[in-house]
Amino acid sequence: MMRIFSTLLIGISAGSIYSLMALALVLVWRSTRVVNFAQAGQAILSTYIGYIVISHTDNYWLALPIALIAGGFIGGVVDILLIRPVARRTNNEVAPIILTLGLLGLLRSLVGMTWGGDLRQYKAPVTNHGFTFGKTTIPFSPFNLLIVITALVVMVIFTVIFQKTKLGLALRAAAFSPEIARLSGVRVDLVRTIGWMFAGAAGAVAGVLITPQNGLTPNSLDLLLVLGFVGAVIGGLESMVGAVIGGLVLGIGLAFILEFVSTSLAFASAFMVLIVVLILKPAGIFGKAGPRDA
Amino acid sequence: MLRIEKLSVSHGAISALDDVTFSVNDGEIVAVIGSNGAGKTTLLRTLSGLLKPKSGIAQWQGKDLLNRKPENLVREGIVHISDGKSVITELSVEENLVLGGIWRKDKEAVNKIHNEVLEIFPRLKERSDQRADTLSGGERQMLAIGRALISGPKLLLLDEPSLGLAPLIIEQIFAVISRLRKEFGLTVLLVEQNAHSALGIADRAVVINLGKVVAEGSAKEIAANPELAKAYLGY
Repeated sequence: MMRIFSTLLIGISAGSIYSLMALALVLVWRSTRVVNFAQAGQAILSTYIGYIVISHTDNYWLALPIALIAGGFIGGVVDILLIRPVARRTNNEVAPIILTLGLLGLLRSLVGMTWGGDLRQYKAPVTNHGFTFGKTTIPFSPFNLLIVITALVVMVIFTVIFQKTKLGLALRAAAFSPEIARLSGVRVDLVRTIGWMFAGAAGAVAGVLITPQNGLTPNSLDLLLVLGFVGAVIGGLESMVGAVIGGLVLGIGLAFILEFVSTSLAFASAFMVLIVVLILKPAGIFGKAGPRDA
Repeated sequence: MLRIEKLSVSHGAISALDDVTFSVNDGEIVAVIGSNGAGKTTLLRTLSGLLKPKSGIAQWQGKDLLNRKPENLVREGIVHISDGKSVITELSVEENLVLGGIWRKDKEAVNKIHNEVLEIFPRLKERSDQRADTLSGGERQMLAIGRALISGPKLLLLDEPSLGLAPLIIEQIFAVISRLRKEFGLTVLLVEQNAHSALGIADRAVVINLGKVVAEGSAKEIAANPELAKAYLGY
């Protein structure tokens, strides 16, 4: 019983990081119809910026907001300097997506050239040793709890912004119907860039949260990108709530497979879930069936 | 006054509007009528900044409209209700209305007009928390008009408000447009395939066919011309 409960907690902790990455991917997809492979590159750059802060100040709580701001800034720059001009020059929907794939490679190389390929440790602000109940120690640690709380805070802030503010209304209107948004006076280009900034910030937080346990190299967030995609697809790609639930479902599922089935099967099963969901329910488990209009 | 002179627009190699010239005086309702594919929608989309023209002039109160962004034209009172999907179905009724005034800084004026809209269309008030895709076609059109009013229009560009609606609802929508013109001092450019309804509320009409103006006159004259009716209006 304890084992099931603790596996569930570990799953929620991992899943909340996947949810943040899924959220980042869904935000960009909804607002600009771009599948952003560069999200991992943007996040790794932001995480290295956080690493610099942490190695100079030894303060995780300073590194996190600085990485978040850097992530938002990088997201905005990517949209303005790369995505916008490409989208303006061609109607080819694939061009911006291939561009993000190129950018992913470029950002990873830049990070590698600047900081080298060595594995770097990112100190967690609280212990990574599991909680102890009586004589049993479970894998779920104070840092895991912190991951869940931080991800939750970010998601609550996002929800409030998207559902309760005028900026959020503009973001949603521009995503659902750019033309009507424009005719209502929304500056859609600007609002899209803000969407990229929110996505960049969410990806950066995911990077800073996962790194104390995984270590940091120029490629260390690649798997997170794929798992973010799986979470986003489970959630139907269109829905922010779906992305969060998709990430959590994936995290919990993987935790149980790791604990009770086999370590080697875990990631293979994540990809199998991706393929099965795409074949059986391409709109995601929570998505509506049928193509989206406009 | 809206002044359109020698306006030409093409979609790639195909000419959609060819040398179109006419004007709309302040406070007037002018109907642009013609069959499907005549270029009516292209005309409105060019005036509201969604399409770029090939050549010509369009001015509102002496200021050029062409080649500008829709979001900037709205700020000068040029509000376009596009056809069919003129509401954002994923948003609630209330959110659609708020969207109309989202760029406006004069909050008190926005609240006032928002309340007026709910009085004019009580159905929208009843359904304010529902998603717009739960509305009927007529209610959606009312929502689109309500949203446009909250944007503070001076020149209203209306694309096929009768599209897909039942005759009784069409009558109501046109009565509302007529009433709003008086109450809000609007100038209205109305594009319609349903010539009969449009001519019923318009002061003047312009008939276009294959991108060219083929007739212009008072709504009564146009309605009474049997040749026009037969050739272009499908009576």
